[in-house]
Amino acid sequence: MTSNVQRSDATRGGFWSDSGKTGLTSWIFSTDHKRIGLLYLFSTFSFFLVAVVLGLLLRIELMAPGRTIMGPQTYNAIFTVHGVMMIFLFIIPGFPGAFGNLVMPIQIGARDVFFPRLNLLSWWLYIIGAAIILTSLFTGGGPPDTGWTFYVPFSARTGTNVSLAVFGVFVVGFSSILTGLNFVTTIHRLRCEGMTWGRLPLFVWSLYATAWVQILATPILAITLVLVMAERLLGTGLFEPAQGGDPLMYQHLFWIYSHPAVYIMILPAMGVISDIIPVFSRKPIFGYKMIAFSSLAIAAFGSLVWGHHMFTSGMSDTAILVFSFLTFVVAIPSAIKVFNWISTLYKGSISLDAPMLFALSFILLFSIGGLSGLILGAAATDVHVHDTHFVVGHFHYVIFGGSGFAFFASMHYWLPKFFGRRYAEKPAVIAWVLMFTGFNVMYFTMQVLGMEGMPRRYYDYLPEFANLNLVATIGSWILVTGLVIMLVNLFRGLLWGEPFEGNPWGGATLEWSTATPPPTENFAEDPVVTHGPYDFTQQD
Amino acid sequence: MTHQPHTDNLGARLGMWLFLFTELLLFGGLFLLYAVYFKRYPHEFAVAGTQLNWVMGTANTVILLTSSLCAAMAVTAVQRGESRRAVGLIGGTILCAAGFMTIKYFEWSEKIGHGIYPGSAHLRGGVPGESVFFSLYFMTTGIHGLHVLIGCVLLAVIGFKITSGAVTAENYNLLENGALYWHLVDLIWIFIFPLYYLIL
Ligand code: HEM
Ligand SMILES: [Cu+2]
Repeated sequence: MTSNVQRSDATRGGFWSDSGKTGLTSWIFSTDHKRIGLLYLFSTFSFFLVAVVLGLLLRIELMAPGRTIMGPQTYNAIFTVHGVMMIFLFIIPGFPGAFGNLVMPIQIGARDVFFPRLNLLSWWLYIIGAAIILTSLFTGGGPPDTGWTFYVPFSARTGTNVSLAVFGVFVVGFSSILTGLNFVTTIHRLRCEGMTWGRLPLFVWSLYATAWVQILATPILAITLVLVMAERLLGTGLFEPAQGGDPLMYQHLFWIYSHPAVYIMILPAMGVISDIIPVFSRKPIFGYKMIAFSSLAIAAFGSLVWGHHMFTSGMSDTAILVFSFLTFVVAIPSAIKVFNWISTLYKGSISLDAPMLFALSFILLFSIGGLSGLILGAAATDVHVHDTHFVVGHFHYVIFGGSGFAFFASMHYWLPKFFGRRYAEKPAVIAWVLMFTGFNVMYFTMQVLGMEGMPRRYYDYLPEFANLNLVATIGSWILVTGLVIMLVNLFRGLLWGEPFEGNPWGGATLEWSTATPPPTENFAEDPVVTHGPYDFTQQD
Repeated sequence: MTHQPHTDNLGARLGMWLFLFTELLLFGGLFLLYAVYFKRYPHEFAVAGTQLNWVMGTANTVILLTSSLCAAMAVTAVQRGESRRAVGLIGGTILCAAGFMTIKYFEWSEKIGHGIYPGSAHLRGGVPGESVFFSLYFMTTGIHGLHVLIGCVLLAVIGFKITSGAVTAENYNLLENGALYWHLVDLIWIFIFPLYYLIL
């Protein structure tokens, strides 16, 4: 039995020491899903922090009209790299890679994922892709300046190092595909005894839906990126009007991946929220089946709405009408989830610990983002706000206020379980207050600016936008102050904090029933599940 | 806790099938472009298609089908424990693949010799649809050829594993998955061939 193994790291135990292996290689070549999860956590979060600094620089440039700290070319490069890092190196690999890996196998009562070595390969591909992207910033014609969307014809013509950056993204995409197929296989084949589909935690359901999107959508990104490289290196002209190609086809291919990709970013976040809200309301989740089903519905319908990014690109009116309609259809399953979360809270015995605060703010921020998404999804209104700061505000509300805050919620909810130590509650709450405030000050202001007509992706603007831009920039400082406090608190707490034992929040999913931190094989005995994931009656 | 490595063949195959979907979708992007541009340039596509050598295309189709047959027979051979035969059949598959690549080589160099390749002066100066057709042709067959090469390496590795006794009648998942991959490579060619060589 694992508990008899001599522990080298007496303070932590569990998978940190029970295999007897230590040192760097015991991590970067480990096939243990928990170690791989932590590798993903540290690597994706590092890119998040770098990209946050870039975002801050953007906001400082926009603090006042005219040139503040950088010129147009630098600004173009920085928003591109900010976007590429946030999307391809943080949020897409982050959720499945970090928390999917850490938690999902335990939640289904498995000892590991189905293909452990493939899992390690995914992380390595991610790292190699990231290294290629980083190389592209400092070689060739310098960092790409196309925006994270790599639109042709500019991406085919610009002298910056687009080819290499795009190749890096291609490699990261391969990593994402492998994670997806690993997770689908794991969830199908490795559920423990009694873990029926109806008893899967909703986080697992959301990862399942996510994994299908990763499998089905990412290959289209891969071929699109290959075609951009071919366009640049061979002159294929497939998107070049002079040679009979059509740039619109690039946009179609790109968004056939990239709209579903926003569900890769948001679905796991919704899953986390569905796991946290019942625990801190002491009530079973309201509408379990509908939440699980709506994840699948989002994954399915979400693959049919990509055209809403192209209302102003010159599609036919019929296409605009159909894509607009379908966009409104996908809003329904998302709204179902929001209503179910609210109903879960209703008459619950709510405790406002840090994970819950982040989860509750997720609901609000995601709803604001989602509703502003409908303004963009309706063709008539989109024409007015397309490519303005309204869009920038909208997607930050969804991916930062949504996925980002859910990521922070997961860090507070699950990391103590894996480190065996906990953070201090008060600084966590202070950090949350600052982040929540700063976030709204910054991005709501940006939405207003967009409504007033300030375009995105420019380093300069008309003088009448000056005041609100200053407000937004101050918001970014408040937000980042909160972020720093949160990180210091987590860092100190997880390394040196109070011991975290047992099941302080009273979660009913399987990860709370095993030792803290979990042993390498996750459970001392293979678990047998006899009740649902939100059945708290078992505990009291 | 005793730890037996799981031997869940169904799961291993599920993973492989999912991977094959992703490969299909990868080519799906190219077929999508083909569909849109074919609708736009039906005449140019038909004219450009006649410049491809359908005899060579047919030969390659037959060769790939044969190679797939060999791969399927290799699986059966391993199931029956006839590992030497299986290795021979895998050799046959790889031989066919080599034949396929040789014919492709001649086709490509003939086209390139006539100044027909992506971005060539000839195509840039010609009618727009022609350039699109040949760019798509080179991209699609190029990526397909890459898959043929990857498949060869994969099958060669599996061949060695059969010889060394790592793939046996009890444990032949790897071979089965390798053969599945090969069938996919074949299947994609079955789509490429009529789309490019046989347009009316
Ligand atoms: C403190 C945090 C952040 C700040 C200050 C920030 C700031 C900004 C600003 C000012 C822009 C717009 C530039 C322009 O269009 O002129 C932008 C663009 C963008 N941001 Fe952020 N952001 C932050 C966090 C995030 C997060 C967490 C994500 C995603 C997970 C994200 C994803 C993006 C993307 C995809 C773009 C579009 C880039 C492009 O136009 O190509 N950002 N950000
Ligand atoms: Cu979209």
